[in-house]
This record gives sequence, structure tokens and C-alpha cells, in this order.
Amino acid sequence: MKKILKSTFAIVALFAALTSCNNSGKSSNSGALSSNNAEKVYIAPGEHDSHYAFISGGYSGNLTVYGLPSGRMFKEIPVFSQFPTNGYGYSEETKPMLETSFGFVPWDDSHHPDISQTKGKLDGRWVFINGNNTPRIARISLTTFETEEIIEVPNSAGNHSSSFITENTEYVVAGTRFSVPIPQSDMSIKDYKGNFKGALSFISVDPEHGHMDIKFQVLMPGFNYDLSHPGRGKSHGWFFFTTYNTEEANSLLEVNASQNDKDFIAAINWKKIEEYVNNGGGKMMPASYAHNIYNDDTHTATSTLKKEVRVVNPSDVPGAVYLIPTPKSPHGCDVDPSGEYIVGNGKLSANLTVHSFTKMLDAIKNEKFAGEAYGIPILNFEDVLAGSVEQPGLGPLHTEFDGKGNAYTTFFISSEVVKWKLGTWEVIDRKPTYYSVGHLTIPGGNSAEPFGKYMFAMNKITKDRYLPTGPEMEHSAQLYDISGDKMELLLDFPTHGEPHYAAAIPAEIIKNNSRKIFKLSENQHPHKALSDADTKVVRDGKNVHVYMTMIRSHFSPDNIEGIKVGDNVFFHITNLEQDFDVPHGFAMIGARNAELLIAPGQTKTLTWKPERVGVWPFYCTDFCSALHQEMQGYVRVSPASSNIELAWSLGE
Amino acid sequence: MKKAGIIMILGSLLLLGLFKFPLWNIMLGAPQYPEPLGMNIYIEGIKGVQEFDLQNIDGLNHYIGMKTIPKAEDMWEFSVFPKVIIAMVILGVVIGLLGYLKKVSYKYFLGWFLLMSVLGILGMYDFNNWLIDYGSNLDPHAIIKVTNPDGTPMSYKPPLLGFQKLLNFDVTSLPHIGGYLMFVGMSLTLVAFGLGRKTSLKKTTQ
Repeated sequence: MKKILKSTFAIVALFAALTSCNNSGKSSNSGALSSNNAEKVYIAPGEHDSHYAFISGGYSGNLTVYGLPSGRMFKEIPVFSQFPTNGYGYSEETKPMLETSFGFVPWDDSHHPDISQTKGKLDGRWVFINGNNTPRIARISLTTFETEEIIEVPNSAGNHSSSFITENTEYVVAGTRFSVPIPQSDMSIKDYKGNFKGALSFISVDPEHGHMDIKFQVLMPGFNYDLSHPGRGKSHGWFFFTTYNTEEANSLLEVNASQNDKDFIAAINWKKIEEYVNNGGGKMMPASYAHNIYNDDTHTATSTLKKEVRVVNPSDVPGAVYLIPTPKSPHGCDVDPSGEYIVGNGKLSANLTVHSFTKMLDAIKNEKFAGEAYGIPILNFEDVLAGSVEQPGLGPLHTEFDGKGNAYTTFFISSEVVKWKLGTWEVIDRKPTYYSVGHLTIPGGNSAEPFGKYMFAMNKITKDRYLPTGPEMEHSAQLYDISGDKMELLLDFPTHGEPHYAAAIPAEIIKNNSRKIFKLSENQHPHKALSDADTKVVRDGKNVHVYMTMIRSHFSPDNIEGIKVGDNVFFHITNLEQDFDVPHGFAMIGARNAELLIAPGQTKTLTWKPERVGVWPFYCTDFCSALHQEMQGYVRVSPASSNIELAWSLGE
Repeated sequence: MKKAGIIMILGSLLLLGLFKFPLWNIMLGAPQYPEPLGMNIYIEGIKGVQEFDLQNIDGLNHYIGMKTIPKAEDMWEFSVFPKVIIAMVILGVVIGLLGYLKKVSYKYFLGWFLLMSVLGILGMYDFNNWLIDYGSNLDPHAIIKVTNPDGTPMSYKPPLLGFQKLLNFDVTSLPHIGGYLMFVGMSLTLVAFGLGRKTSLKKTTQ
């Protein structure tokens, strides 16, 4: 009996030990979970990601291309900033891309990429992005993954509520953050109120080649226009802009622009204004803005300065513009896939405000106005309110949608993403972000048909997330699986520059369109050389044009004589390769610009001003072949007074 | 014999596929070429599988001193082969027709097959000779010179049939649609012969 008791005791003790082991094993359970998560983001070597993410580079001025779910970066596409890596903004062909009415501006702050749409769905033809600082909109091809066009936006300052596109890519819309005197004038800053205006620009996009043209600008009251989104589905034809500083303060905005209990969401019926403009409405005003277009056949950009723009005074088009009161300096302005709900993310508000498009139309129909501002009717908050998410978090900024009736909002201050249900406004889940999230992206999350499998949060603060790299760090992003009820954190990955916002798309929509080479037979560059027979060196006064070719593994010519100190030497170099992924580089000693990276079939030009007598080398910078190191040449530079004739050769 | 004649005609006509489809195909894959380069050999000339494959093969081959891939006008074969094929098709159709009309014996079907086989073997022999020359007649000033362990220069002759490793390239050489159509066509003429023989034997036993 004693023995039995003893063994029973032993069994109980063992059981207890096992159970306690199970209890303390909770962390090992989550360990097993996270290894499961590792599988979810693991892309085996040689395999491809399922989604592309185009993440803005913020103050890098560029756009980066990532894969999801791996979080691997594939490419940095230069847009608004010079890029010595491939010579963008340094080569003669690409310098015009960065021309503005202010002259050559080699940098910008790129914020909000948006992928072109057809019938509300991502079509994957182009991605648009705004330059914030010197207002510009760029269009990037999703076949070449290169910037094809940049248009400057006049009358705008701090091009922030941009670049969002309508559901058939009729317009890419660019709103001003700062209101400014329009036209610009020398006046006291204190006279801001009532005198400054905010320009909201509707830039038409040619459906065939994507070329942009400013169709009209709506000159709005002097508020700050923070973010915007198009209506879609039932609300197609409308555009919504959040505003702050409806106080019209001109100094210490952090206090003075936070006084009003409610600011506005401006609802703009662009179809109505379009009709007004098509019937000759609005007026052309003098302006100055650059329009830069890159051509894939000439491999060259041209910049034209445009001289006037059509402006529309909203009070001249009754029924086109309304103001919807929205609590506390709303930041993000997001429209759900059905087009019914307009989310105003009041960044200083405790609640998240959601407006109803149907209720807005009813209020307008019944002319239930609370008043007006500068001739624009103001609707009643309660009349338009669809509902609010109560106490979801602190500092709501942006909302995206999964297409399954849920919305995901970022909270900067409480550093989290909150999932809530459209219609019931109940909070379903919340997950922390690391740290202080700004935008979030769901592939197609700004379209009628989101692909609600992944969501990623782009954070403003990195601190301890990665190995320390000094005071300045890349920002961090977190990828979540949103296919279930609860969000699940899968991956933490660094992003380049200040990843402000991103547009993502299933890979199969665009990957097969990606170009491999440019055909030499289609090269229309005026200084191309398509064979050794075309190579030559031509002097035109102080300008010397070198028509050069490059192919594995030599330049032709690779010996050049007759160059003089004080010449401007233009190396026009054509890459004769017609093979995928065989670019060649070109670097010239002492060239005070950058290198050239030339894709197969392309011609690019580097300018070099020799300042010293001697024999100076150049070489290929891209490890192109087994004999890459032999891919080199010399230029002999003689004194300005010398009589040495131009001569060039290869293999002599 | 009617049926045999029809099969003989069909079999001969399948050779016409050689004017539309490649006779042979050689693919060259390498670590740097996950999508292999390839050449399709037609009876009228050599074409790249992808638009720029021939140019890229030539570009790579210049390192080891190989001659460029010949253009159609550089080789007499590409003007003679089509004529031979047309002649054989006409001959086959005529024999088949006469067989159908019972004007010639089924033995002619075998005769056609044997003639075609001899011509085919000669063609293969000629093709192999070209491969040997292409792979071993190298520029003495080649950038990269690779020798066999015994000191003789390495040959880059692609295999006539099957797989071979040549430096970093995996080379696979196989018949293509036109070639297969030709083989099927030739086999059909044998079938026609067999069928013709059977019916004529049946007749004699009756």
C-alpha cells in the first residue's frame, strides 16, 4: 500500500512537472509559431516573391522596389534625385528630367506612390509619385522601371496631398500643403489670412502613353491640404482632401493651427469642374512650370517650360465643392473599396471619424448647410457622419482596406495598427509597430479590389530594431499577415531613405512586362554608333563628340588623341549588347559628375572637361565579363595650343 | 494497296514540315544563362530560338576563337537541302499515287525509304562534319585557349545528338518538330511498304 502511495505520488509529481513544463513552455510555443512565420516569409533561393512593393524613398527623392513577403530590395529607381550609381541626372540625356522653373533641382522629397488603375483595379502600367519640396509629379514606367516623365506643379508649395489617381487614371491629383499668394507676390506674411490660396491640381493622364498635362487647378481657401483620395465606384467623379490650419495661421502652427475643434475634408466634384472647363470655364493665368519627358527610342529626355495654367475659382462652379467638418486636423483621407466611406484620420482626435458619401449627397440635395467659407458651403458634421471608431488609439494617421469589410488604421502616438470593421465600427484587433508608424500599405489597398493578404507598416523611428549604425539609420517596416481574423507580425525589414508610403501589387500583373533590353534597331539617339564603322571623333570648336561603342570586352575606339585642355568632350556611348543583364559602365578619371551605366541597346552621354595635359584612362565599371578588367582605354590630352590632329583607334 | 498508297503519300508529305519547323535544335545553358541560348537548325538556315540568341552565341564564342554561326548563303547545304526534300516529297507522292492506282509494286515504297535513309545519313554526316569544323577550327589568336590534358587544343564541337558539357555550357542537341515529322513520315512509308506487302501476299495465297 505504501508502495502504491509512493508511486502514485511519484506519478502526480511527474504530471505536475510535465504540466508546469507545459505552462512555462508558452514561450517555446510562440517560438514554434515564429518559425512558422519564418516559413511564411521565406523565399527559397531562386524563387520569386508574390508581390512587388514600390516604397517611396522620402528624402532620398527616389522610389525603391521591394519584394513581398521577403522584404528584399530589388532596385532603387531614381526619380527626383541625381543618382551617381547609373548617371541619372548627370548624363546629358537625363539632366533635362530634373529641370524646373527654378532651374536644375537635383533633389526632392518623394512621398506617395500610386499605381495606375483601370475600372478601379490596379492595371500595373505606371506608378506615379510626388515631389514634395519643389512641387512635381513623376510617372514611372512599369515595363522599364525608369522615370519617364516629370511635370512641375505651379501655384503649389509642399506638394503633399498628391499623387493619387482616379479609378481610370483619368487624373493624377496634386494638392498643395502650403497655401501661398497666387500669383506669387511680395507681401507681408502676416497678411496670409484671406489672401493666400491653396491650389489643387488635376493633371490629366493620356490613356495611351501616359503623358501628363495640367487640366485645371482649383484655387481653394488658404488652408493646408494634407492628403487626398479619389472617390471610387459610387463616388467616382469626386475627390476628397483633408485640411488643417483652417485657422489660417501663418506662424507657430503647432499651436495656432490646432485651435479649431474641427477642420474640413474638402469634397470636390471634379467631373463637374471638368465639364465646366471643357465648356471654356476657368481662366488661363500666366505661370511657369517645366514638363520633362524621357523617350525610350532616343534614350533622351526633353524639358519644355510651359507658360500658362488654367485656374478655377470654386465659387464660380456652384455644386462642385463642399466642406465636411472633421475633428482635429485630419491627416489621412481614405476611401473604402466601395466608395461609400471616407475616413478622416483626425490626428489629434480620440475617435476616428468616418463620413458617408450617400449622406453627403443627401445633405447637399437638401441644402442642409451649416454655413460657408469663402463662398464654399459647409455641411453639418452630424448629417454626413457614418460613424466613428471610439477610442481606437492615439494619433490616427492613415487607413487602408482589405476588401473583406475591414479597415486598418495606423496610430503614430500609440505606435500600432488597429483593425476595425466598416459599418459596425468595432475594433477587431490591434498590433504594435516598431516604432511610430506613418503610412501602411495593403496591395491594392487604395483601389476597388484590394488583395488583402499582406499589410506592412512603415515607421518613422527605428532605434534598436537592427544592429546599431550610428545616429543616422534607415527606417523600419513591419510586414503582417492579414488573411486571418487577427493580424500576425511576420517580418521586420529596413527601408531606404524615409519610406513615406508605398504602393504594392501582385507580381503577376507586371512581372512579365518587364523589359530585358532595348533593341539597337529601335535606337534613335542622334549620337548613336551601331557598329565599329559608326565610331568617330568629331571636333566642333571646343566641343569634341566621341561616338563610341561598348561590347564584351572592349570600347571602340579605346585610344583617342587630339583632345586639348579646355575642350568639352562628350562621350556618346552605345552599348551594343542585345543580351539580358549585360550593362556596361563608363568612368573617366577626373570627370566632375558621375559614371554612366548603360543598358543593352542604350546610348548615353558623359561630359568631361579635361584640365590637365597627359594621358588619361577610362574603364568599364560594371563587371561585365571575364575580361572586364581589360575593358579600358586612354585619352591623350595635349596643351590648348597644340596642333595634334584628332585620331582614334581600336586594336592597332 | 489503296490504303498503303495513301499512307505512302501522307508519309512523304510530312517531310514538308521541314519548311516550317526546325530539323534540329541545340540549346546552350550556363550558370549565367538560366534561360538557355539556343539555335534552331532549319533546312534553309540557322535561326536563334530567341531574337538575339545567335548574336549572343557569337559574342561569347569570340572569346574562344570560334567562327560566327554561318548565314544561309554561306553554306551550300542550305540551298541544296530544300531542293532534295522537295524532290523526295514529289517522288514519294508520285510513288504513292502509282501504288494507289496499282501501277507500281509496294517495293517502290521501300526503295523510297532506303533512298531517303541514305540521303538522311549523308546529311547527318555532313552536319557532323560542319560541327567538327565549327568546334575545332579556332582562331589561333583566341582570347581564351583551353587545352586537353594531353596538350591538344580543346574542341568545342557540340554533340550531334544528346548532351555534352563544354566549359561552363551545358549543350543539348536534339531533333526538333521538323525532324520528328520527318521520322514519322519515313516510318509511315515503311508502314506503307509493310501494308502493301501484306495485301499482295494475301492476293497470292488466295
